[in-house]
Amino acid sequence: MSGIARILVIDDEPQIRKFLRISLEANGFEVIEAATGKQGIDLCATRTPDLVVLDLGLPDLDGQEVVTRIRDWSPVPIIVLSVRAAEAEKVAALDSGANDYITKPFGIAEFMARLRAALRSRPAEEGAAQAMHRIGDLEVDLARHQVTLAGTPVKLSRKEFDLLRLLVIHADRVLTHDYLLREVWGPAHLSDTQYLRVYIGHLRQKLGDDAANPKLIVNEIGVGYRLVTGA
Amino acid sequence: MESDDRPQPEALLEEAAREHRGRLKIFLGAAPGVGKTYAMLEDAQRRRKEGADIVIGIVESHGRQETEALMRGLEAIPRRLLSYRGRLMSELDLDAVLARRPALVLVDELAHTNVPGSRHEKRYQDVAEILDAGIDVLTTMNVQHLESLNDVVARITRIRVRETLPDKVLELADEIELIDLPPDELIQRLRAGKVYLRDQAHRAVNHFFSRGNLTALRELALRAAAERVDSQMISYMRAHAIPGPWPTSDRLLVCIDAGPAAEALVRAAKRTAERQRIPWIALHVLHEEQMDEPARDRLAAAMHLAEQLGGETVVLPSEADAVSEILHYAAGRNVTCLMVGRPRKTRLFRLRASVTERLARRGGDYDVIIVSAEEKPEASAPLRAVDTSRRINGRDALIVTGVVTASSALAFVADFFLDVPNLSLIFLTGVLLVAIRLGLWPSILASLLSFFAYNFFFTVPYHTFAVHRTEDLLTIFFFLVVATLTGNLAGRLRERADSTRQTARRIGNLYEFSRRAASAAEIDDVAWAVVSHVSGTLQCQSVILLPKGIDGLEIAAGFPPEDHLTPGNWAAAKWAWQHDKPAGWSSETLPGSDWLFLPMDTPNGPVGLVGVCFAERDRPLSTEQRRLLSAVVDQAALAVERTNLARDIEEKRLLTETESLRAALLSSISHDLRTPLVSIIGSASSLQNYGERIPPAQRGELLETIQDEAERLNRFVQNLLDMTRLGYGALTPKRDWIDLRDVVGRARERLKKPLADFAVSADMPDTLPLLHADAVLLEQVMVNLLDNAAKYAPPGTAISIAARPADGMVELRVSDRGPGIPPADREAVFDMFYRVRNGDREKAGTGLGLAICRGIVEAHGGSIRVEDGPGGTGTALVVILPVPAAPAGAGEAE
Repeated sequence: MSGIARILVIDDEPQIRKFLRISLEANGFEVIEAATGKQGIDLCATRTPDLVVLDLGLPDLDGQEVVTRIRDWSPVPIIVLSVRAAEAEKVAALDSGANDYITKPFGIAEFMARLRAALRSRPAEEGAAQAMHRIGDLEVDLARHQVTLAGTPVKLSRKEFDLLRLLVIHADRVLTHDYLLREVWGPAHLSDTQYLRVYIGHLRQKLGDDAANPKLIVNEIGVGYRLVTGA
Repeated sequence: MESDDRPQPEALLEEAAREHRGRLKIFLGAAPGVGKTYAMLEDAQRRRKEGADIVIGIVESHGRQETEALMRGLEAIPRRLLSYRGRLMSELDLDAVLARRPALVLVDELAHTNVPGSRHEKRYQDVAEILDAGIDVLTTMNVQHLESLNDVVARITRIRVRETLPDKVLELADEIELIDLPPDELIQRLRAGKVYLRDQAHRAVNHFFSRGNLTALRELALRAAAERVDSQMISYMRAHAIPGPWPTSDRLLVCIDAGPAAEALVRAAKRTAERQRIPWIALHVLHEEQMDEPARDRLAAAMHLAEQLGGETVVLPSEADAVSEILHYAAGRNVTCLMVGRPRKTRLFRLRASVTERLARRGGDYDVIIVSAEEKPEASAPLRAVDTSRRINGRDALIVTGVVTASSALAFVADFFLDVPNLSLIFLTGVLLVAIRLGLWPSILASLLSFFAYNFFFTVPYHTFAVHRTEDLLTIFFFLVVATLTGNLAGRLRERADSTRQTARRIGNLYEFSRRAASAAEIDDVAWAVVSHVSGTLQCQSVILLPKGIDGLEIAAGFPPEDHLTPGNWAAAKWAWQHDKPAGWSSETLPGSDWLFLPMDTPNGPVGLVGVCFAERDRPLSTEQRRLLSAVVDQAALAVERTNLARDIEEKRLLTETESLRAALLSSISHDLRTPLVSIIGSASSLQNYGERIPPAQRGELLETIQDEAERLNRFVQNLLDMTRLGYGALTPKRDWIDLRDVVGRARERLKKPLADFAVSADMPDTLPLLHADAVLLEQVMVNLLDNAAKYAPPGTAISIAARPADGMVELRVSDRGPGIPPADREAVFDMFYRVRNGDREKAGTGLGLAICRGIVEAHGGSIRVEDGPGGTGTALVVILPVPAAPAGAGEAE
């Protein structure tokens, strides 16, 4: 990654592009804009952005289609913008390779946080997996399968640990139900979301997270879970 | 195997069904006077002391003091008084019992036949309804009233009991108490006057109460009770999975014809089947020959009886011969035992063995039981002619006389001019003609008349009836033979033709009905098709009743048109509907009605009723009519159900469509409301978070975005409000004199931002008349039209506004160089939901804009449409508004 990260914004609303551009530039990013899906794919190929912000409701192409086409050749992080009603679209976009999503309308601070998290996750995935992770009081040693909370060891079952490992590796990113189920329980259990609910419940309990007001493992309704690092 | 040990579900279900029913206890006796009523009352008193809520429905004390003493302390439901043929009769008041809802009710004399005009024909039907209501019943009956024992009892006592009960009533009883009294004691009681007998029974009393009779009846009663106990034990064992040697699913098949012994045969079958504990079927194979009326009635009665006795009834058409038909059917139904009646006296021209003989010969795999059924004397027809139903009427006699007269005249003429050796041939021709046209009896009459005429006029001695020559005797003999043979033949032929014609008419009718029912889309059309079909097929009046509301019925159609039924008939219809059983004339329930109502049954329950009313109601329906009626009603049920289903599907489809439209509209509105909000919130939060980092020029841009988007949101909200007002019809223009140029000017001002990228031109001549319209609403129209143009046309192109007066109207045209609207969609764009179907991928805007424009313009008496843009590219929206006559004068007055 060169000094300045380059962000590609694909949205058909000029006003949205305008405030995103102004804010991103104020935060030291370079911004390129596209008003249509096709233009966005072209720019993604020719200008090699470090991150793509994609509106799912585009006039020419399905946002879903744009994600799939970019993913054909590029691992660039993609953040999807979408309205709340379209959970299914978001899940589909995430499943076909988008890294995160933000529900419209959104405050710029939240947007920036997600953007930074997405940019951060890239080198972590590329480099060999980091063994030690610290999230507040929580320490996870992936190499030794050890978890401590404020210095006290936490005993986790195998599945609980697998689940936590995925969340930790992809910290601050939303992981869809399908993804978690496939990775932990295998492809035969894609519809068994009740497993997830139970194990996430166990994890929250053991890690001292309040299920009614979770701070650590956040439920993205209808989509999946996200481990919040607070960064 | 384990599964065999499980309780059988049907048996358990039966037990469960009995839980909710009231319990029936029958006090069964062998003869009047054994003390059934007394025993019943004693039982009731005992229960009363235990605290049970007991009432007397109906108990006849016949003035006996012992009985009356026992009735004391028991509440009696007042009887229902009915006047019948000038006499006041009292009956059990069924409705009062049901309304009173006691725990237990006493109903004496279960076999009693109700006075015509009561709800049910028989008292046991009243009792069944009471039991259905969950009320227990104590009742009494004598064994001779049992339907299946009717013949046996008649043979023993020489008295035919008219009041009979289906045997299944006995099976319904939860408990049977046999009231037994040795015959000698009973005879003593009788002599002491302790037995009440009806007047009509007095004459037979001495015979009836003979020791032999009473012993036989006592045995019958004991056996009936024992059989009942047996079957109770079996169903208990079944329900509780107690293994045992069960009779297999064998069946008895009784073949009945329309002969006088049919009913006796049915009773015999019921007895035999019961003894063997197997189900039984009464089968009738239709003859090639037509049946006469009495035969048809006998068959109907026998089939009806079989149904009452718990048998299955089947009528088969005979394809080849009856015996093959019977054996084929028997093989398919696991029949093990065939029952047939002893053949009747041999016929005159019988060519082959009787069905019974052939069955006995060919039914090798079956037990064949041949029953001797006693024939009633009145039933043995003297000469089995085909055409017995057709006697000679006055018209026939007249024709016959005419034909013979004509023959005689012809013979005279022939005799006068020609030397014809045998004039009798002329008469013979006449007889033949009569036979062919009129059938057997008229042809015999014709042959006799012809002979006398021939004898009188043409044989020696002339003008006397004396016969001298053997030749003439031969002639009369031939006349008779020819008349009988041809009459028989011709009659048969004509009947065949009649029946073919009838069949053809029925099939045609059926076809016509199917066609009409299939093409009828509305329930009313189907109802009409049903009634005209029923009336056409059965030659009767008919109505169709369909459910209305929760529990009501209404006449959907009648043929001939009928929209009124008497209260009595309504009662029958309601009963039929509630109980899903036939009711009214010729049925078991409310037979006093004029109409017969049959439920239209479908697998999903009844869908309505078909009512029929025949002009002649003294004879009940024949089997043939019943069969036809039920076939027609089945068809009607199918047609009605089909329509109902079609309607349900349509309703569901509409609902789904509305639902999806609503969802689309909602998502579209939320998208359009949110899009400006995204920019506003995004820009505002950018300013708040990074304000100091953003250069001043860009800060200005963000503020501008916030303002522009807030205005866009405002326009959109305005549209939504207008739409709502339009939807409620509350949009009334506040008219004033306005200049269209002002309106256009203000709209352009409001849309300065969106229009900045376009070359907007306005061509509006000074001669444009003033309009009498609502300035605010018209401005909204203008804003929407220009907003649309700016939304769809590429930036940098031209948007032109042109107005010109035309024919007392003003035409306003807004054109752009955008992608245009395909001709097919030009009307649809004004549809409120047109654009929303495309989801949120479109440019912002619900598509409400044009719908609102149309609403406003039409509220002003104008119109709006889409045309091609200038030079055939882009879109032109053309608004035409009326110009009122007044404005010029108003202008001068200023």
